[in-house]
Amino acid sequence: MSPILEPNTLDFISHSELQTHRLGARLGSLLEPSDVIALVGELGTGKTRWVQGICQGLTVTDRVISPTFTLVNEYDGRLPVYHIDLYRLTGAVDGMSFGLEDYMYDSGVTLIEWADRAMDVLPDAYMVVELYHLSETRRRVVLRPYGSRFVNLLKVFKKRTFAR
Amino acid sequence: MCKILAIETSCDETAAAVIENGKTIKSNIVASQIEIHRRYGGVFPEVASRQHILTISTVIQDALIKARTGWNELSAVAVTYGPGLVGSLLVGVNTAKGLALSLGIPLIGINHLEGHLYSNWLHTEREESKADIKFPNLCLIVSGGHTELVLMHDHGSYEILGQTIDDAAGEAFDKVARMMNLGFPGGPAIQEVAKEGNPQAHNFPRARLGNSLDFSFSGLKTAVLRVVQKHGKSSAKILQHPAAAAQAKPKLNIPVADIAASFQMAVVDVLVSKTKVAADKYNVTEILVAGGVSANALLRNKLMAVAERPVRAPAIHLCTDNAAMIGAAAYWRYQAGHFSDWDLDVIPNLKLV
Repeated sequence: MSPILEPNTLDFISHSELQTHRLGARLGSLLEPSDVIALVGELGTGKTRWVQGICQGLTVTDRVISPTFTLVNEYDGRLPVYHIDLYRLTGAVDGMSFGLEDYMYDSGVTLIEWADRAMDVLPDAYMVVELYHLSETRRRVVLRPYGSRFVNLLKVFKKRTFAR
Repeated sequence: MCKILAIETSCDETAAAVIENGKTIKSNIVASQIEIHRRYGGVFPEVASRQHILTISTVIQDALIKARTGWNELSAVAVTYGPGLVGSLLVGVNTAKGLALSLGIPLIGINHLEGHLYSNWLHTEREESKADIKFPNLCLIVSGGHTELVLMHDHGSYEILGQTIDDAAGEAFDKVARMMNLGFPGGPAIQEVAKEGNPQAHNFPRARLGNSLDFSFSGLKTAVLRVVQKHGKSSAKILQHPAAAAQAKPKLNIPVADIAASFQMAVVDVLVSKTKVAADKYNVTEILVAGGVSANALLRNKLMAVAERPVRAPAIHLCTDNAAMIGAAAYWRYQAGHFSDWDLDVIPNLKLV
């Protein structure tokens, strides 16, 4: 697997669910109103685990569980959190029929699992979290920022996470 | 005689019912949006709420006609105000408010999960009334969106003893069914093919989580996926989104029946053992099950086998979302005078306790 050397992306390996949770929490602590995080990865790669971490970083005390059936779970943290899951949608997702804008342009943080279903309707700025299964506990993680807000956010995240 | 009109629109079913004295189903109408979702390829919140607007008047009128009940015979209007999709909940709550206000009768907001608890109190007009349910009892709510163990101390007095920390049990059924192209809804599909399978063929993990009464089904889901993957290497598509998997229509050379049976046994083992531990610990008089997964025969049978106390499960058509259960829950609040104010608002993340 050749490393992705795009200047703005961050490509690394998480060695455990606990590490994934901590990284998510760090990302969550940096989020601001109207931020959108798009999670992309196959079944069982840990998308919900990432969301649980991000929510901890947003000081959500509610239990964070999969919204596959409920479609949208809402939580109250230091910001409102909209946890959306597009897994059950097989048709083309246009923002109008889902009502995605109602969440994304609100003052809360929107976290979208299976976001590859709706890339066309995402706003100009957002962060993609790509997850790949390597072994039972290890996952490759690629953070890909879109828009200057998220390029800067990723720089801060890198510094806080990997700077010694 | 107390007749309550109940309305439920928390997700994608538009439902209305007339319930007499909290137990007798005079009518129970559920307008499913399945056809519309098939056209769009899934449940879209915005589409669902618009469809509720189009359907709700007819559904309510049907419920009254079927119940041979006039507007002036109603004692109260009950409605689900959470948890659920905000746009969908709003349609039901605003309709209920308008009706209650114009009829001059109380409005009673009900938690959707409280509704599931009370699905066990219901019977049809043809059935005889069941023996009264005694307190304290324990209710296992298992569905696509929920997995909770609720201790019912009394009407309106609940304690959550355990719940899922990741995926709901019904979601695991659905995702495993999709991995093997068994169709939707996944629960009945798994149950059907599992009949031919060996439940001991695969020793799938049972998440015990120490002494906790919480549940976890995410690891089980992934463990099943790895086994399916091992057998069906030719079809990497199964890992992808269901749309891609459906297009690929992979011919899987995998022991579907054994995997389904082993998976189902793993889910039921955990649900039953934790329910039994909780029932003993809190010395409950009986055990109730509710929610879509409570239709599962293995779950019902295993639970009855170990329970050492009565086990009740709702009629199959009352396991999934419906308005009758909302009317049953509302009756006890009506008796106690727990009415909602006219500024009742929807709460998408409403908690039971």
